[in-house]
Amino acid sequence: MTPDIDKLTKIASQVRRDILRMVHACQSGHPGGSLGCTDYLVALYFHTLKHNTKFDMDGKDEDLFFLSNGHISPVWYSVLARSGYFEVSELATFRKINTRLQGHPATHEKLPGIRVASGSLGQGMSVAIGAAIAKKLNNDNRLVFSLHGDGELQEGQTWEAAMYASHNKIDNLISTVDVNGQQIDGPTDAILSLGNLRAKWESFGWEVLEMSGNDMSDVVRVLDLAISKTFKGKPIMILMQTMMGNGVDFMMHTHKWHGSAPNDDQLALALGQLEETLGDY
Amino acid sequence: MKKYTYTEKKDTRSGFGAGLLEVGKKNDKVVALCADLIGSLKMDAFIKEFPERFFQIGIAEANMMGIAAGLTIGGKIPYTGTFANFSTGRVYDQIRQSIAYSDKNVKICASHAGLTLGEDGATHQILEDIGMMKMLPGMVVINPCDYNQTKAATIAIADHHGPVYLRFGRPAVPVFTDPDQKFEIGKAWMVNEGTDVSIFATGHMVWKAIEAGEKLAEAGINAEIINIHTIKPLDEAAVLKSVAKTGCVVTCEEHNRYGGLGDSIAQVLTRNNPVPQEYVAVNDSFGESGTPDQLMKKYGLDTEDIIKAVNRVIKRK
Repeated sequence: MTPDIDKLTKIASQVRRDILRMVHACQSGHPGGSLGCTDYLVALYFHTLKHNTKFDMDGKDEDLFFLSNGHISPVWYSVLARSGYFEVSELATFRKINTRLQGHPATHEKLPGIRVASGSLGQGMSVAIGAAIAKKLNNDNRLVFSLHGDGELQEGQTWEAAMYASHNKIDNLISTVDVNGQQIDGPTDAILSLGNLRAKWESFGWEVLEMSGNDMSDVVRVLDLAISKTFKGKPIMILMQTMMGNGVDFMMHTHKWHGSAPNDDQLALALGQLEETLGDY
Repeated sequence: MKKYTYTEKKDTRSGFGAGLLEVGKKNDKVVALCADLIGSLKMDAFIKEFPERFFQIGIAEANMMGIAAGLTIGGKIPYTGTFANFSTGRVYDQIRQSIAYSDKNVKICASHAGLTLGEDGATHQILEDIGMMKMLPGMVVINPCDYNQTKAATIAIADHHGPVYLRFGRPAVPVFTDPDQKFEIGKAWMVNEGTDVSIFATGHMVWKAIEAGEKLAEAGINAEIINIHTIKPLDEAAVLKSVAKTGCVVTCEEHNRYGGLGDSIAQVLTRNNPVPQEYVAVNDSFGESGTPDQLMKKYGLDTEDIIKAVNRVIKRK
């Protein structure tokens, strides 16, 4: 089946609007990375994943997704709501008191779609590996996906997990790193250089693919390609080149929007660049 | 004083190993993980019986905690095994976020706790783990007293849904509890009924409290001794019932006096029935190399220290 790239692109436009409006409404949160990863998450939830929006924690016979860089919760919440896990109107509660949409994703308030808390960085790959092992023990042939920030790779636990996954042939796992080259304090190259990521992951024994993360056609193509490489003895890493703040001209080419919210004028300017395709919440 | 005897000494970690094998046979959801300390944790029998349900993680405890959290998604009941130091302080944030806050059904099994780890010294002798773990919302904290009780606890925790910290030790200590005991989480065990002082002890200190109780009885002091194997949730009713009778308390633990059993008991007392309390615990210090017996003596955790504490606290009544 040929994926409907146009349809996915339209969803992505609406998700970007959701992100900006959520972050603006509470004047906090992380729009930059959320906007950069929008195309990936839309493709994942509306094309790739075999999943059930009637949420079940164990997710047997479903594909599972883990967000390790939990600060980009706005994009995940929008995609979960838009794909039917909960009402889109609930997006208005993001980061507000008594919300299920915590600043960083959590299971504590029982928001459907979330299987583990994340936010303290570097932990998601280990959890994804555990879930992937459980699938194998349960003779469940569905896959586990995870997303990580590039700055997050500075956390050592990631490399413990990387070593474990290849040694133990966790080949039902497709991890993706959002390579946007930015972290809170500046460009990753200036803060703590990540070096040659392809060489690093290959030397750790992973099958490495590259993806142009803000080109919906390429995202769909590479995710399909990654699936074709599962169950061949190696974990799969997609190095996803994105632009932090993608979709809003003044939020790109800077780390400034990693963790700050637009004001009223900036929001209006940004929304003017993004078509309302599915109706704002 | 009720008479307690023992015919052999065994290490509590072997009780864990035996319990793990048994619970593995009873419940096929049970899986085990270890960070390069299989022999020390006595996990060999489980691994031999269930090789496909065992995961050697390597020297990577943070990854072990995360993988354990992930295994619960899919219905497994993971038991992680490493030293108490590496089960807690080294991985506190992983436990906090991926396990406790996420309400994951992980059993964190921690050996070589406290001073009785011995010669390896303070780098490995954690005395802060009970405090760290009991502060995590929803975490159950258990510190059984002998081989049989550790085995029973290891089996029982599989039936409790939620994170558990199970703490045990390295040296061979007297085996004096019933081999067929039913372990009830959160239920204090009355070792000896008495009227003059309540001695609340946990882990290896329970046997020392019994020894102290016998000597106190010879001196005419009738000590009530209660084994608090579950520090959280604490059996508050048992604590209050005992102090209503005795009017003073001694707490005994192989742990820093900050944050351990003593503080948990003190909180119950201050909120309900403030009575004098003395702590038999490590006085806010690190340990050092030495034999377990030498260390327990040097750091004030010996039978004589309990007797002295009882004499002090009775005078304060």
